[in-house]
Amino acid sequence: GTSVVVYMVPQYSSIHIAAVVVSMFSTIICGFLFLLVVKRLPEHVQVDDPAVVKRLAKKLERQQIPLRSDYGYKVSLFSHLHQYSRKAPLTQLLSIPSTVIHPSIVRLGLQYSQGIVAGSNARSVALLHAFKQVIRDYTTPPNEELSRDLVNKLKPYISFLNQCRPLSASMGNAIKYIKKEISNIPSQCKEEEAKTKLLTCIDRYIEEKIVLAAKAISKYAIEKISDGDVILVYGYSSLVNNILCEAFEKSRKFRVIVVDSRPRLEGREALRRLVQRGISCTYVLISALSYILPEVSKVFLGAHALLANGYVMSRVGTSQIALVARTYNVPVLVCCETYKFCERVQTDSFVSNELDDPDDLMVTRKGKTQLENWQDVSSLGLLNLVYDVTPPDFVDLVITDLGMIPCTSVPVVLRVKNLDQ
Amino acid sequence: MELQAVLMAAGGGSRMMDLTYNTPKPLLPVGNKPLIWYPLNLLERVGFEEVIVITTKEVQKMISTDPKVKLDVKMKLDLVCIQEDADMGTADALRHIQQKVKTDVLVVSCDLITDAALHEVVDLFRAHNATLSMLMSKAHEFTETVPGQKGKKKTGEQRDFVGVDGTGKRLLFMANEADLDEGVVIRKSIMRKHPRMHIKTGLVDAHLYCLKKSVVDFLADNKSISSIRGELVPYLVRKQFSKSTNSPKVIDETHQNLKKNDSNVNLEIQISSRDEELLHLTQERSCWNDHRGDMSDAYHGGRLRCYVHIMDEGICYRVNTLAAYIEANRLAPKLFDEPAVHPSAVVSERCLIGADSIIGASCQISDKTSIKRSTIGVSTTVREKVKVTNSIIMHGVTIEEGCNIQGSVICSNAVIGRGADIKYCLVGSAQRIEPDALPFETLLRPPCLRSTLTPTSTHRSTHTQCLFKQLNRNNTCLC
Repeated sequence: GTSVVVYMVPQYSSIHIAAVVVSMFSTIICGFLFLLVVKRLPEHVQVDDPAVVKRLAKKLERQQIPLRSDYGYKVSLFSHLHQYSRKAPLTQLLSIPSTVIHPSIVRLGLQYSQGIVAGSNARSVALLHAFKQVIRDYTTPPNEELSRDLVNKLKPYISFLNQCRPLSASMGNAIKYIKKEISNIPSQCKEEEAKTKLLTCIDRYIEEKIVLAAKAISKYAIEKISDGDVILVYGYSSLVNNILCEAFEKSRKFRVIVVDSRPRLEGREALRRLVQRGISCTYVLISALSYILPEVSKVFLGAHALLANGYVMSRVGTSQIALVARTYNVPVLVCCETYKFCERVQTDSFVSNELDDPDDLMVTRKGKTQLENWQDVSSLGLLNLVYDVTPPDFVDLVITDLGMIPCTSVPVVLRVKNLDQ
Repeated sequence: MELQAVLMAAGGGSRMMDLTYNTPKPLLPVGNKPLIWYPLNLLERVGFEEVIVITTKEVQKMISTDPKVKLDVKMKLDLVCIQEDADMGTADALRHIQQKVKTDVLVVSCDLITDAALHEVVDLFRAHNATLSMLMSKAHEFTETVPGQKGKKKTGEQRDFVGVDGTGKRLLFMANEADLDEGVVIRKSIMRKHPRMHIKTGLVDAHLYCLKKSVVDFLADNKSISSIRGELVPYLVRKQFSKSTNSPKVIDETHQNLKKNDSNVNLEIQISSRDEELLHLTQERSCWNDHRGDMSDAYHGGRLRCYVHIMDEGICYRVNTLAAYIEANRLAPKLFDEPAVHPSAVVSERCLIGADSIIGASCQISDKTSIKRSTIGVSTTVREKVKVTNSIIMHGVTIEEGCNIQGSVICSNAVIGRGADIKYCLVGSAQRIEPDALPFETLLRPPCLRSTLTPTSTHRSTHTQCLFKQLNRNNTCLC
C-alpha cells in the first residue's frame, strides 16, 4: 500500500507524507489483527514443547488432577503427541474414595482408558450419562450462580477425561453444547428447576443427534442399497452396523464383507453382530483388500469426525480402503451424523492424531512374545496410531441426517449449524 | 462419596486361642503395633478419611484407655460396638450398620497385613460396574517353626477352590472343600459361557471386598446369611449365572411382585439403576466385548458380576493362626519406615542387636545380650547375658539373666526366671517360668494353675503337678 501511494502521488506534499503515515499504521494494525485471529495450537499436539508441558502441569495441579506420564519411546514424527500405557491407569495416583472428581467421571475415565467404552457414539452417550449424574448430585454453593459455578465444576472433570483418553470431536461438540445450555440458564431460575431443565436438554440432545439421526441416516442409506449388493465395511462403526441391520429387516438382499485390522480387531465385534441378525458375511484382514475388492459393489464407511475442509477422520486404515476402492472404481459412501462435524482443518494424519498403547502391538503365539523387550532395542520404535484422514476426492457421498451431500459441502453444513445456534 | 470403608474387628481369633484368650485379636502386637493398625494404615495411605470400625466393647475400651495401644491414624474412626456373646458373623455385622451405609462399601478384616495396590481391586469394581470385587493372593509356605508343634505339621485346613476365566479377573466359581461331597461340580451353563476356566487352590483370601450398596440392602432383607466369606460371596458368585438375573423379561414381572419375599427378586431390582436406557445405549454402541467366540453380548448379558484381583507378588497375610502371626512379625517391619530400635529404649552398648530385630519403646536391654531376628515389645526388661533368637516377646515381659530363648512366643507381662532355656515354646500371658527350667516345644497358658515349672524339669516328662494327668498331642496341658 505504501509503495502504491508513493508511486501515485507525483510530488512531495503534505498529502504524500500523511498517506505514507496512514498506510504504515494500517499495516501495523493488520499485523496485530492477524496475530489475534490465528488460533493457538491446542496443548495436546505440543507435547515436545517443554513450556507447553509445564503450563499443562500447572493447570492440572491447580485443578488437583494428577498428571499422567508418557510411556515408552515415541517415533520421532509423532513425538508431539501423548502416548500412555494401559497398565498405568490414572487412578493409581488418585485417592480411592475420590473426592475431587465425581465417582461417575472416574468410572467413565477408567472405561475410556481400558477401552470398555469405545466408538465415537458410545463415548458421547457415556459422557452425557456421566454429566447427568454430576448435575443430579450438584448443589450450588452459597453466593454462587449455577450458570457459572457448574461450568467451573465441569472443567476439571474434562481435564481428567482428557488425561485418560484424548477427547473425540463428538465429545467436544457435546461439551460445547452443555456449556452453552448451562450458561444460558437465567439467574432467577431455582436450582431444582434448572437441574431438571438441564437433564431434559441432555436427553433431548441424545435423542435428536444420535438416536433419531441414526434413523434418518438409515432411511437415506437404505435407498442406496439394492438387491444383490456386496457391501464392504471396515472395522466397527455403530452407525453402519445399524444401517445394515435395518436394511436387512426391510428385506434387502445383500451380503457383507467385513475388513479388519490389527491391533484392535474391531471387525470381529461387527461380524458377530451382523451374523447374529442373519446377514451373510465374509471376514478378511486389510492385507487381503485388493484381493476382495473386485467382488465389492459398494463401500460403507463410518467416521469419527468430518473436518471443515471435507476430509474424513476415521479409524486408521480407512483412507487405505478408500484409496484402493477408488482405484477399482467402487463407490465409497461415508455415514456420519452432523454432531460429529468439526471446525478443524487437517490435510494429513500427522498433525493431530492419537497414539495408543504401543504394547498392544505385541502378540503372544505359542507362549512366545517376540517383541517382549522392544524397549531395550535402541533402533526399534512401536507406533500404534488410532486415526487417519481421508481426502474428499476418494469419498463419493456423505450420508448425514440432513441428507446426502458431497464431501465438499461440509463447511456449508457447519455454517448453517452455527447460524442455527 | 464413592466408597465407605468398614473394618471388621469383632472376630475372636478362634484359631489362635493361645494368644487371644487374654488380648483381643485386633490388639495383638505385630512388629510392636496393634494388629488393627495395619489395615487402618492401608486405608489411610490410599486416601480414606473415615472408617467405620465394628468391634467389641472390650476393644473399644482398650483403645480409648490403654496408653500402650496407640493407633496413630489421622482418619476419623467411627467405632460401632456389638455384643461379644451375640455370635455375629461378618454379614450380620454389616446388617447391623445398614443405616450408616450410604454408598458402596469396602469391607476389610482387622487381621489383614498387606501392601497390595488397592486401586486394582477398586478399578475392577468401577470399570465393570461389578457387584463384588475382592482381593486374593498366592499363598506362601510358612517357613518358621511354630512353637508347641512337633516339627512342621501340615495343617489339615480345607482347601478353597477358586475358578477364574481366561483373563484371570472374572470370578466364576468359588467353593470350599468342606461344602463339596465328592468332587467339584460345575454347572453346564457356566461352561457354555466360559469354556476356559482356571481353577486355583493355593490362594489366600485377603477378606477385602468391595460390595455394592444394593448387596447391603439385600442382606438386610435376608437374615439367613451370616458370614460374608462363607455364605455371601459363594451366593453372589453362583447368582451370576442363574437364569433369573439374565432374562430382562423377568424384571418387568418382578416389579409387580415386590411384595413377595423372594430373595432373588430383591437383589435384581436393587442392581438396576437410573438411566438404565442410556447405559444400555452405550453398551449397544460400544465395540467392546469381554469374551470372543460366541454370539452373546458383553458379559453375556448378565447384570451381576464378580471380579477378583489375584496378587502375584507382595505381602498379603491374614493373621488368624499362630504360624501366620509369627510370619507376619517377621515381615511386618517392611511395611513401615520406623527405625528398628525405638528412640526411647535404653539399650546398653555391649549388646548385639541384629539388623532385623525390633526393639519397642521404653525397653531396657542390658549388657552382653544378643537379640537376633526377634521382636521385643514395649516396656520389656531384658537383663544381662540373655540370648534371644527368632522369638517374639510382647509387652511388659521381664527376662532375667542368662536366659536363652529360641523360636518362642512370650506373651505380655510374663516373667522368665534366671537361666531358663526356652526352645520353641509359647508362654502365655502373665505366666512365670521358674529359673533354670527347660521347656521344649510346649504351650504354657492358664488356667493351668500349676504351670510353673520346677528346676530342671521338662514339662513334657514330669506332669505330676498338673491337674490333668495327661498332655494332648500338642503338648498342651489343658486344665
